[in-house]
Order: sequence, then C-alpha cells, then structure tokens
Amino acid sequence: MASDWKSFDPVLIPDIPNLEKIDVYTKNGGYKALEKVVKGNDWTPESVVNEVKEANIKGRGGAGFNAGLKWSFMPKPDGGPRYLACNGDESEPGTFKDRKIFEYNPHLFIEGALIAAYAMQITTIYVYVRGEYVNWVKMMEKALQDARDKGYIGKNLFGTDYSVEFEITYGAGAYICGEETSMLESLEGKRGYPRVKPPFPAQKGLWGRPTTINNIETLANVPGVINNGADWFKGIGKESHPGPVLYGISGHVNRPGVYELPSGVSVMELIDDVAQGIRGGKKLKALIPGGSSTPVLRADQLDGVSMDADSLREAGSMMGTAGMIVMDEDTDMVDALWRISHFYHHESCGQCTPCREGTGWAEKILLKIKNGDGELRDLDLLLDLTTQMEGRTICALADAAAWPIRHTINRFRDEFEARCKKSAHAVA
Amino acid sequence: MEETYEFTKEDLKEIEAIKAKFPKVMPATLPTLWVAQNRFGHVEPPVQRLVAKTLELPESHVHGVATFYTQYFKERKGKYVLDVCTTTSCQLCGGYDMLHYLEDKLGIKAGETTEDGKFSIQSVECLGACGYAPMMQITNDVYVNNLTEDKLDEVIDDLKDDKMPEFESVGMPLLEKRNI
Repeated sequence: MASDWKSFDPVLIPDIPNLEKIDVYTKNGGYKALEKVVKGNDWTPESVVNEVKEANIKGRGGAGFNAGLKWSFMPKPDGGPRYLACNGDESEPGTFKDRKIFEYNPHLFIEGALIAAYAMQITTIYVYVRGEYVNWVKMMEKALQDARDKGYIGKNLFGTDYSVEFEITYGAGAYICGEETSMLESLEGKRGYPRVKPPFPAQKGLWGRPTTINNIETLANVPGVINNGADWFKGIGKESHPGPVLYGISGHVNRPGVYELPSGVSVMELIDDVAQGIRGGKKLKALIPGGSSTPVLRADQLDGVSMDADSLREAGSMMGTAGMIVMDEDTDMVDALWRISHFYHHESCGQCTPCREGTGWAEKILLKIKNGDGELRDLDLLLDLTTQMEGRTICALADAAAWPIRHTINRFRDEFEARCKKSAHAVA
Repeated sequence: MEETYEFTKEDLKEIEAIKAKFPKVMPATLPTLWVAQNRFGHVEPPVQRLVAKTLELPESHVHGVATFYTQYFKERKGKYVLDVCTTTSCQLCGGYDMLHYLEDKLGIKAGETTEDGKFSIQSVECLGACGYAPMMQITNDVYVNNLTEDKLDEVIDDLKDDKMPEFESVGMPLLEKRNI
C-alpha cells in the first residue's frame, strides 16, 4: 500500500485547476453530498454520524481522535443554539497544510463542515483562522459568500426546514488558540486561556452551549466519506489510521512542501523520494514527525517506520499534524532544542505555574548549555523539570513543551554532554 | 493632551457587520482591534479606549485582549514591520541569517524601528510557512517566502518606494496542473 504513492489520486486537493471557484467545484460533483444528506432521502443525522464514525477519520489537528465518535458526544437538541467551531489556527511549528485547503479547495471544507453541522443539528458554524493567515481568510470569506449566494448556507437548505449560519473570524497571534478550549475563549472575544475540562465542549462550549471542535483537514474528509462510503475511506492507506493525509515536509530537504498521500507512507520514502532527499547530498540526522511537540527520532530509529499513529508510537514518537521537520547531519541539536523551548516559553498563556515558570526555566537552562556555560547536572535538572511540567496543567502546552526536551536530550545525550563545561574543582 | 482617535463611517459600518456575526458583543473585540490597528497603525491605550467605547465594553477587557495577542502593536511601529520567522524550520534553513542580514542592512536590531519610521524588524514565532523557509511577513499582511539576501534587497528597495510585494501562491509539488 505504502509504495503506491506515485499513483495515488488526491482526494482533498485534486489536480483540478480553479477548484476554489464554486462553479468548478459544483461541476466536479461538489455540494452533492450535502444535498443528499440534507434532503434526507437515504440519510438521517444519526446515520451520517454513524457513517463518519465507521470511517474512523482520525482528527488531523494532532490528537487523532475518531471524528464521528466526537460528534456522537453531542447531547440531543433542546431547541437552543449549538455550535461547530472549525479549528484553522494551524500554529504547531512544522504545520502548514490547512492553508492549502483554504487556497485550493475551500468548498470541500465548507461542504464537510455543513454536513457535520447537519449531522449534529448545529445552528451556527464558526471557522477560526490564525491571524497571520489574513490573506487566506480573505479567500475563505469569498468562498463562504459564494456558498451563501448559492443557497448552501442560510435558511431552509434545499427547501428543507434545516437552516445554518457559517461565519469566519480570526485571531491575532497566539499559538495557544489552537488548543480547542482556548480557541473557544478567543472566539468569545477574550484572552485565549484554556478551560478546565470537564465540562467538555460538547456539554458546555461556546457561550455555555453544546459545541464540537474539528480541524479543517478532518472536515474536508467528510464529503468523500458520504459520497463513497466508509469502506472506501478505510481502504485508503493504513487500516488503523485510514484516509488521505496532507503531509507537510520542511527543513533540510530538496523539495519541501505539502503532499497529499495515503496515510502510512514510509518515512524514508517521504524524505528520499517524495521530498527528493536531503539538501546538498548530506546525511539524515533526525526527524520531528508531526509538529515540534512530537518527540524527535534519530535517523537510526526510522527503519521501517511509516507515517501512522501505530508505527510512530512504536518508534517512540507521534503522528501529530504530520508536519515533518527534517534535519541533516550538520544540525546542532542543542540549538534546535533551545529554539523549540523558546517557542513554548513565548507561547505559554501563563495560567498554570508549572507551564509559565517551567517553560521559562527550560529555555534559560538550555541557553546556558548552548552558550557553553552548562554543567552535566543541568541536563538532569532539565529532565526532572519535564516531569514537573507534564500532566500538571489545564491544557497540554506544558506536555508539548516537555516532550521535545526529554526526548531530544535522551536521544542525543552525547551532543548535550559535549556542550557542557568540565566540572569545576571544589577547592576547600 | 492625549491624541484623540475616531473611527470613520466605513470603520463603524465594518464593526457593525462584525457584531452581526455573533450572538453577543464581546466576540467583536479581536476583529474590532484589527479594524483599529489597520486604521491607526497601532493599538496604544487611547485606541484601546476607543475600541472599548465603541463596543461598550470595559477598557480593562480590551486592554487584556490587546496585550494577550502578539500581532497587535501596543506601541508604534515602523510603516513596514518585517516579521522574520526564526522558529524551527526557518531556523534550520537560515532564518537567523536573514534576520541578521536585515539588521545589518537597516542598522537596527530586532524589536527596533529605523529613525525615519519606515521599518521595524521583529523576530517572530512560527508563521505556518515551514516548507518555504526562511520567510517573513510584512506588517501582518503578505508572506515573502524562500528568502535570500538578494530577495531581501529587492523587497526593501520596493518598500522604500512603498511597493508591497504581491501575494505569492505556492503550489503543491505533485499537482502539475495547479502549478503551471
């Protein structure tokens, strides 16, 4: 399965010029899935949820949770407002895939979100995009307006009694707003402080009402599942983690970019063939497989590893957002880890002490080591610090900051030790 | 005397359209701060007060939001703010070299503004363009990808003549028809 990437026909972003235009999208079968489910000839909201649950679309935002199962957690409609919040914050370093959907196939995402909304009997959809993507927000605003003009958004879709609103809004530079409850706070117009769970958003989300949060790429997979069935979807890529994946490959490769391929392509094939190998004919040193918080893997740990949750877990890392950061033999791992720690320190929202203080201490200690003033015991201090941060905070940012520290030190210990100064003599 | 700021009629119309998207007024805080920053070039405290007054929200709330998000300029910046990304992928591909080249070229350091008020430089966190590293964003608008020293020279020359680079669509390598 994994070796047929060359013949794979992309589903999320097919090779059709001007697909971002609504006429081209509908000419190519667009909005047919939405029409089918809303008109309800063969579909009910429950059967849509069940089909998507059966397809096992693992959330593409990083957590990898079955999207249909998440939808099934929504309580029964009580006549009040219910929300779908689409997460287009895309802020994990190494991740730059959802912007391709906004740019090249926005209506696929819009259609997927509308189907999700119908399945959960949602009254309003919000899509939240990171503030830096202002030019992609403009593209989405145009696409939403076109969909509204054609009657796919608004009152009485396809002459039924189902009505839904769809609005877009954007942030202003805060990594944490990609965390789902922080995004809800930001949508509500506040500082992006993550909320304590429970209550989960399905019980109390936006303005205290039932809310589901899905990633953009996750929702873009929904129309395909409705048109072709869950079995079709499960037949793409790795069975335990099925479907197409937008792989973002960056770092020291000859041809970086976003590639849509089946899940479970071998890591080495992605680096050597898809991205055409390491720049300057250099050797591979390490890979961060799914965004900067996923544990780094040494080149010698990549044998036979494929890009799916199971294989990466076995190898000692995670799938995350499939944002692969490739590092060549000249990469200074101390510098790289310091920069990652700087990022998490900068982006900590400051609510929880272990994260607010821990990310800062980690960055300072790493800077000391980077500058050659570190001591061996600082490495153990850093490792100890990670256990004081992990699992002790409201959201997972502290974990995201702790994992790279622990695994980069453990997997490149020699390099860190070599950077530390010799032990000082204690003269009595 | 504190400088006074007023929204134009068009701004107020835009703010009304923003408010209409939400069931409450507070969610309009972030977008209205954007309207203000686009109009005045910053959101210093007097601008924050204008936003609070316009939305009939507490000043403390607007101040809290403005200070949480990095893209809002809480102090005045140059006309063109060069946000050079230095996070991991950009770091690996020479983001710091680009940052230092700009610092030398403009004679300022990251966080500073040139004396003529034309340029500010900032070293920023990941902008989500990792495959096109190193890169920068100009004044919260256009992304400039795959930076080199030559490309920076060109962009700076253009900006001196107030010519912004155009939006650059970066294709996907395996999509041949899309990349023509």
